[in-house]
Amino acid sequence: MSDDAVEVRDVVVRYDATTAVDGVSLTVPRGRVLALLGHNGAGKTSLLQVCEGFRAADGGECRVLGLDPIGQHDELMPRLGIMLQSGGMYPWATAGELLQLFASFSANPINPDVLLDRLGLRAFEKTRFRRLSGGEQQRLSLAIALVGRPELVVLDEPTAGMDTEARHTTWQLIEELRADGVSVLLTTHLLDEAERLADDVVIMREGKVAATGAPAELTAAAGIDLLEVRADAGLRPDVPFKVTESTPGEYSIAGTLDAAAIAGVLAWFAGAGAHVTAVNTRRRTLEDVYLALTAEKAGAGR
Amino acid sequence: MTTFAPAPARNSTKAILRSQIRMELILTARRGEAVVLAMGVPLLVLLGAGLTHVLALTVMSTAFTGQAITTGYERSYGVLKRLGASPLSRPGLLFAKTAAVLALIVVQLLVLAAVGVAVGWRPHAGQLLPALGITVLATAAYTGLALFLASVLKPETTTGLATLIYVLMLAAGGIMFAAPGGVSEFLPLAAHAEALRATLSHDQPVPLGSWASLAVWAAVCVVAAARKFRWE
Repeated sequence: MSDDAVEVRDVVVRYDATTAVDGVSLTVPRGRVLALLGHNGAGKTSLLQVCEGFRAADGGECRVLGLDPIGQHDELMPRLGIMLQSGGMYPWATAGELLQLFASFSANPINPDVLLDRLGLRAFEKTRFRRLSGGEQQRLSLAIALVGRPELVVLDEPTAGMDTEARHTTWQLIEELRADGVSVLLTTHLLDEAERLADDVVIMREGKVAATGAPAELTAAAGIDLLEVRADAGLRPDVPFKVTESTPGEYSIAGTLDAAAIAGVLAWFAGAGAHVTAVNTRRRTLEDVYLALTAEKAGAGR
Repeated sequence: MTTFAPAPARNSTKAILRSQIRMELILTARRGEAVVLAMGVPLLVLLGAGLTHVLALTVMSTAFTGQAITTGYERSYGVLKRLGASPLSRPGLLFAKTAAVLALIVVQLLVLAAVGVAVGWRPHAGQLLPALGITVLATAAYTGLALFLASVLKPETTTGLATLIYVLMLAAGGIMFAAPGGVSEFLPLAAHAEALRATLSHDQPVPLGSWASLAVWAAVCVVAAARKFRWE
């Protein structure tokens, strides 16, 4: 098989009658960041469980760092940094003890003190895990995932429960990981997180891949698709696009708008002698793509 | 300047296990009630029954009751899952837990024996090896039963049941009262206590009935644990 960090082919995960993951394929090339995006229950965590060797796939194939996550579990684990969605720590051990414990599992760990400082955990070094807030627990889990200098980190909703500052610290860390050649597979439902961090985004819906590509590919395909014009109220623009006047004088013109089309629309306003006070264009964001894809699901469900 | 440049390497197994065993013992010491259960109750029993019975009871409370409760909660907290997915590995975690239990039992038995000697108990050393052998067998049976219960029940249920079993064994195992005839030899606690009494107090070999009873318990419990053990 290839030298990719993660290679997932047609993986299926079933829980009794429900199919959580229904034939998903994806690849995380070495040194890149892939974000799995989707609603709760879209199958993201189940897919990670297969990659981390916690459960066998009911179909398909999964290779992580070229290894079988179950058959070669003990060989794989030292090379992998895992952050679970929650828990996984002794509640009565302190943050410092836990980080030290996991550091001691590695022959060449990152200095725990450095990680405590970077993740703002110094003040909680002697605090027991169960006394930490959700965001503090997440930061500690992240530090533990990184302490063994892994080749690949798998982060399940790494910034859930973090405040804005911690979230930005985490984003910065992930960017540094990438710059240093670490491969990253993460899940999120934060679109700005995926847009900022990921080289590749895989949008999952009901256990299947709904869309995949670089954030720019997913958002740029349609170019500018919304033109907003503020002018006199009650105009009836005669243009070959869908026009809505949501509030009096605020016109939204939707469609595939290239330079000529925009010029045409504005020419109509000029010809009508309208008093134009604002013009704004908008490209699709990852959020639009995501909402469009997940809205299809809601529609199909009814 | 830290770099995250990948350089993963498992530490030596010895270093990993030393570290994990240390953590297990720190956390045990931190749970005061477990230590009280493991040492306090036997010390009280010491006043009413023989010292060898107390030694047997201590092994049960540590290897069975304490182990079932901690393992149940560690499973529900995801600790077993997370540590199993670290360089420690799953076999390493099981080994460390077993070693920590044995270390704790050794310390407890030494303390109790010292108390016993101080109040005039004079054990025979001639049958020490069989006494240790039967103790390891009892520990295996208790640990197996503990891991089995912790795997099939919720942690709260495990705690309740493990405590109930402890109390029932205490009552029926011939520790506090004379055992109802015939029943008690089949119970691991009674078989173990009887074996310790024979060897340490009377310098006699371990009774065949004790070997047989504990061997069956150990085989059944360890097989049940191995088949049902769950990491999450």
